[in-house]
Amino acid sequence: MTGPLGWLLLAAALFCTGVFGLLTRRNAISLLLSVELMANAVNLNLVALGFWRGDPTGQVIALFGIALTVAEIVVGLALVIQLHRHNKSVDVDDARELVG
Amino acid sequence: MIAFFVTATVLMVSAIMVVASRDLVRSVLWLGVVLVVTAAAYAQLAADLLAAVQVMLYAGGVVTLVLFVVMLTPRPDDERPSVAFVTPERGLFAAIAMFFVIAFALMQGELPATPLAGPDSAEVGRLFLTDHLLAFEALSVLLLAAMIGAIVVARRRDAR
Repeated sequence: MTGPLGWLLLAAALFCTGVFGLLTRRNAISLLLSVELMANAVNLNLVALGFWRGDPTGQVIALFGIALTVAEIVVGLALVIQLHRHNKSVDVDDARELVG
Repeated sequence: MIAFFVTATVLMVSAIMVVASRDLVRSVLWLGVVLVVTAAAYAQLAADLLAAVQVMLYAGGVVTLVLFVVMLTPRPDDERPSVAFVTPERGLFAAIAMFFVIAFALMQGELPATPLAGPDSAEVGRLFLTDHLLAFEALSVLLLAAMIGAIVVARRRDAR
């Protein structure tokens, strides 16, 4: 069970937790946190597969993934701040109208 | 064996707390737990360098940054009924269904089972600067673009 399958199932469960959060939460910051969970699951998946293949390339790609996620969260938080300035709220239900 | 189950349990419990917690600050702190425990998982998978990067960049940087934004923005009132189509029940159903699809696909496939000998950060660094050099350079451009983009987006429009 502690072979590759256990790790991959763990990553899949983490990813689906993130999907649940992304579907049900309404605060824009909560959505970003859910995306973060999903990205984390993907990185775990890459590292686990790389480990069981005996190939450190998995770790290299996971490192790229970490840097990309950090860039994404920074821009996402900037968007949340701008959304708050514009709508006085970070609830995504309040941001349905594109007309500014 | 035991290490895997402890890691998996803590990871799943804290991940569920991230999406289930009503208080946003608690959500962020639980995310910090998830990220640190993921670093422990990386250490078990012979990825020492990644474990260190994970703790420094994610648990240190991202959690602090998100906490700042949480404190800058108002708390939403969750009492209001959502207008969204996805109710929590439907979301839960979708997430569980997705998990079973992925699990089914994993059971079907042939998984590799020749693990790495041990942690080898030197090899990871060598791969970075040889095979993946172009991606490495592109990444530095992306980080610059993200930094400028964040500044431009978050700037006050009237301060121009």
